[in-house]
Amino acid sequence: MVATQTSVDELKSIAKRVRRNIIRMVVAANSGHPGGSLSAADILVTLYFRVLRHDPKNPDWPDRDRLIISKGHATPGVYGVMGEAGYFSTEEFDNFRTPNALLQGHVVMGKPAGVEMSGGALGMGLSFSLGQALAGKLDGKDYHVFCLLSDGDCQEGQTWEAAMAAGHHKADNVTAIVDRNHIQNDGYSDYEHFPDGDQPAKPGGWVMADNHTANIMNLEPLSAKWEAFGWNVIHVRDGHDFEAITAALEEARAHTGQPTVVICETTKGKGVSFMEHNPDFHGKAPDKEQTEQAYRELAD
Amino acid sequence: MVQATKMEATRAALGPTLIKLRNEGLDIVCVDADLGYSTSAVKFGREFPERFFPVGVAEQNMIGVAAGLAATGKIAFCSSFAVFAPGHCFDQLRMAVAQPKTNVKLVASHAGLVTGEDGASAQSLEDIGLMLSMPTFNVIVPADSVEAAQAIEAAARTDGPFYIRTMRAKTAVVHDESYRFQLGKWSRLREGSDVTLIAIADMVKVALDAAELLSSDGINARVLNAASLRPLDREAIVAAADETGAIVTAEDHFVHGGLGSLVAGVVAEEHPVPIEFVGMRDRYGTSGTSEQVLAFFNLTPEAVAESAKKAIDRKSE
Repeated sequence: MVATQTSVDELKSIAKRVRRNIIRMVVAANSGHPGGSLSAADILVTLYFRVLRHDPKNPDWPDRDRLIISKGHATPGVYGVMGEAGYFSTEEFDNFRTPNALLQGHVVMGKPAGVEMSGGALGMGLSFSLGQALAGKLDGKDYHVFCLLSDGDCQEGQTWEAAMAAGHHKADNVTAIVDRNHIQNDGYSDYEHFPDGDQPAKPGGWVMADNHTANIMNLEPLSAKWEAFGWNVIHVRDGHDFEAITAALEEARAHTGQPTVVICETTKGKGVSFMEHNPDFHGKAPDKEQTEQAYRELAD
Repeated sequence: MVQATKMEATRAALGPTLIKLRNEGLDIVCVDADLGYSTSAVKFGREFPERFFPVGVAEQNMIGVAAGLAATGKIAFCSSFAVFAPGHCFDQLRMAVAQPKTNVKLVASHAGLVTGEDGASAQSLEDIGLMLSMPTFNVIVPADSVEAAQAIEAAARTDGPFYIRTMRAKTAVVHDESYRFQLGKWSRLREGSDVTLIAIADMVKVALDAAELLSSDGINARVLNAASLRPLDREAIVAAADETGAIVTAEDHFVHGGLGSLVAGVVAEEHPVPIEFVGMRDRYGTSGTSEQVLAFFNLTPEAVAESAKKAIDRKSE
């Protein structure tokens, strides 16, 4: 199956269902990671419904494009899209994070079929992606390997080992996608994005009055870092704009001679007002009242 | 009795064995983190450049790349020194290899005290414990070059994660060419009924020499080479306990998490008998030649023989 040209209106409608799936899963499990799932939802919808060459009925198809989820905790988003794409019955959403369920807390290779690699410990996806890409070149296959990274992934040393090696090997069949939402477990990644009113207390990050940490590890200048490692860099100013994401990923696939990174500026918790820009919903389920509000906001 | 005159390094088996297996049609690739010259993996790289991927001094990435290659159907070998792999990349081995059971074979050399002069930082005494802690890893510690080549071949021909521990120093060749390595089956290098000496790697020759010393005191020691730690030869351990009534383990590794712990677990569960442990305990290594360091820490034939006598004395307790 080759990627279909799904219209933007259809993508919007799918993305809304995916966001409801995310809420459904974290509420059913009373745990999980909604914030980074919602920030990546539009990227994932674009991948599965426009860009990836894949077949949900034949997940082991050797010529398929690969999508490696390095931010392996964003399972509600990943499963939420895969279920819509037809990889498994959407009834499985209600068993999320229960013993022996198909949908485990963090991504597990082959469970459900179509999940390419296990994850949940950050920093590991890009190395695996490079291995798949090198194998593709060795075997003369034209599949492309996409790897979804978080801000936190870009703080792990292994990601930069892999970035250096991918540039070195001129692995132009790899595309890294950074879901750049600027928020992580403890708070705010970068100096530029900590909330107004709190002044820099000291270099290297500080704990604010609400116990969130500001400036945990500033990744800027992020583009220059990737460029220095031999990568082609594409910036997507709005990581929720389907046309912009599509154009960037297609350009990345077509680029030759070096790997490409697509840095997508996104909003943590996108689509649910009280989760947006809020570190509290990095890894927490909403309560009953909040759940009702979320569903209201995500209604068709 | 096996004659042990020839000396060869087990690490030297890697490159030539991979070349042989590729020539037989196996879909082998090799990822290298700047130690392939020492582990002999570069020989494969020279022969099959398109199948050899240097990633620089980056062991975490080496394991991830190998797992990615393996996930497409390839047999992915990687090699380093045991202090760096698993030492630098335990979680990568856990997440990208052990849990999803990718077809990755890590061959780590320069294990144990006999790495020598570099001292404690270079002497891997924890790697067996780390690797055994992951239940899906097969763990093989070849005693000599003959066994190393066969163990590498067995790993290549068996689907799933493998850890093979080799050594820098030349070790005595204790098996002749008729030897056939089998997963989960230990070789019995000497018959005996009074005590069983169970050893790995360079300590196999030490155990054979200890058996020689014991025989001059009228003690008949059985000697087992415990190369296959997972799958484990439980039958050989139970038979040793049952038929000889006392056991000594000998290893160039920490006793906790190593061969000693492993054997003790089976003996306690199946057939309790006295056990004595020869190996490293409670402290790290030191610089010196292999001979100097082994003598310094009492990993000698004399120490193994002494432990055997203690174990035999404890039978009556």
